Amino acid sequence: MAEWKATKPNNKALAWVEERLPIISLVNNVVGKDTPTPRNLNYWWNFGSLAGLMLVIQIVTGVVIAMHYAANTGLAFDSVERFVRDVNYGYLIRAMHANGASFFFIAVYIHIFRGLYYGSYKAPRELVWMLGLVIMLLMMATAFMGYVLPWGQMSFWGATVITNLFSAIPVVGDSIVTLLWGGFSVDNPTLNRFFSLHYLLPFVLAGVVILHLWAKKISDSGNPLGIDVKSGADQIPFHPYYTVKDGFGVAVFLLIYMCYVTFMPDALGHPDNYIPANPMSTPDSIVPEWYFLPFYAILRSITFDIGIPFTDVVIVPAKLLGVLAMFGSIILLFFLPWLDTSKVRSTKFRPVYFWFFWILVADMVLLTIVGGKKPEGIWPVVGLIGTAYYFAHFLVVLPLLGKIEKTLPLPESIANPVIKAAE
Amino acid sequence: MTNEAEGGANRRDFLHVAAATMGGVGAVVAAWPFIDQMNPAKDTLALASVEVDISNIAPGEAVVVKWRGKPVFVRHRTEAEIEQARAVPIADLVDKQTDADRVQEGHADWLVVMGVCTHLGCVPLGTRSGEERGDFGGWFCPCHGSHYDTAGRIRKGPAPKNLEVPVYSFVNDNTVKIG
Ligand code: FES
Repeated sequence: MAEWKATKPNNKALAWVEERLPIISLVNNVVGKDTPTPRNLNYWWNFGSLAGLMLVIQIVTGVVIAMHYAANTGLAFDSVERFVRDVNYGYLIRAMHANGASFFFIAVYIHIFRGLYYGSYKAPRELVWMLGLVIMLLMMATAFMGYVLPWGQMSFWGATVITNLFSAIPVVGDSIVTLLWGGFSVDNPTLNRFFSLHYLLPFVLAGVVILHLWAKKISDSGNPLGIDVKSGADQIPFHPYYTVKDGFGVAVFLLIYMCYVTFMPDALGHPDNYIPANPMSTPDSIVPEWYFLPFYAILRSITFDIGIPFTDVVIVPAKLLGVLAMFGSIILLFFLPWLDTSKVRSTKFRPVYFWFFWILVADMVLLTIVGGKKPEGIWPVVGLIGTAYYFAHFLVVLPLLGKIEKTLPLPESIANPVIKAAE
Repeated sequence: MTNEAEGGANRRDFLHVAAATMGGVGAVVAAWPFIDQMNPAKDTLALASVEVDISNIAPGEAVVVKWRGKPVFVRHRTEAEIEQARAVPIADLVDKQTDADRVQEGHADWLVVMGVCTHLGCVPLGTRSGEERGDFGGWFCPCHGSHYDTAGRIRKGPAPKNLEVPVYSFVNDNTVKIG
């Protein structure tokens, strides 16, 4: 376990602060020169800091947009258009915010798959993992509500479909939906509260990020070999080694991000959201933003009830089942540290899990594709198979594999990654 | 403090429990206004009913009207469509309702339903001419592929229920009042 080191700043002013509030120690111990970090972190370890960067960009651009935005169904759409056309640099800031959401999700999803590959969720890092999932849920809620704010057709109908999910809850479902709407449909009260929460949640998220980093400090960073740190020879200080490496990642990531922002700001959006919301007509097909597609595919893949066979008794109707599957697919991840029974963390030493990991990646890509298609032809079947595999991966494959897989021998230490010949 | 040694509850325990209970009740009571403010406000609840002139809706045609922020379909059904709806064996239905249950007596040619898919709330297609009406000649919801028949009953797809029939009445032969 990591120990905390008190920092003694040379600078008089900093020393004065440090004596009264050890905030410099805090930074130093989590991402500074007093943070011993495994020496073998590869570039997949860059995405945590990139996600943090995107959070900052989202907050800064968002605060600015809120200065020009009007949260009212009669004004919202035009206020966004005005921001883009008339406000100085509005087009840029708006594109940074809209694409920023996508790139935030890109960073976070890669960060999560990194965790899945290298077993970053295993003891003693369960809480780091779970806090990360809380961050992802907060992001999803924030992104969803943010997408409603421009009040285009996709905003309105996305909000309608997603809030209606709650009507699947038995008995109280409809009251909950009315409560969420503040009316009988998605309307002005809904828009107002979404704006309020869209502004609030990122700050809550930032708070959870601090807990996430704190838990990381306590359990130390994982590493690509997945073995514990044995001695000082295995570690290097976070600063300057990883601050520099993260800085390089930031430069590359920002380059790609700014390509989207400046050259193709609408490439990741849906053209229908440039049509003002119309409660009287549903667009041809309602497609969520790309980062929700796999979960949307899971939601739609369930079209059958669970009941007592050969009777009409329905125990769980299809609609509720679809909603449960969608939320379940994420809740499931909270139990991952216990579902995966393998003692070995890194996939490097798990030759069979290696394949299942890549099948899961392929499955998520497949579900993303299905989520973007109309539910016709073979797509519903493909979606159902993809959904079934997703759950099977976590509920069947992982628990069993940990018991039967023959893992490869682990290296002696990070500093000495050569496997000693058996003595 | 005499019975503390005997392991029984003492005065202080009682005060702790009583204080915590009062605090808990107080917190719940204090939270309620902050939850209930999310429910529809009085002006939202006061939204009036709407009257629809149906005199120029020819058989086979339908209109959409807005009521409480949601679309309502008013459809003038043809004889064939009524026949088609009545011919379905009730056992074949997901949400078992006869056609007669869904219209008003003496007005079987008029079907009035909420234009809100019971799955996740999209507006089904099929009201305006030229729109796809699905496999059963009623409505088709493009969002996740629910098919409704000419009585607005769910026949295929993920929606669990028939299209809801709102409260309405015939003011006279040419006017329907919804709400
Ligand atoms: S909302 Fe109509 S099928 Fe889902």
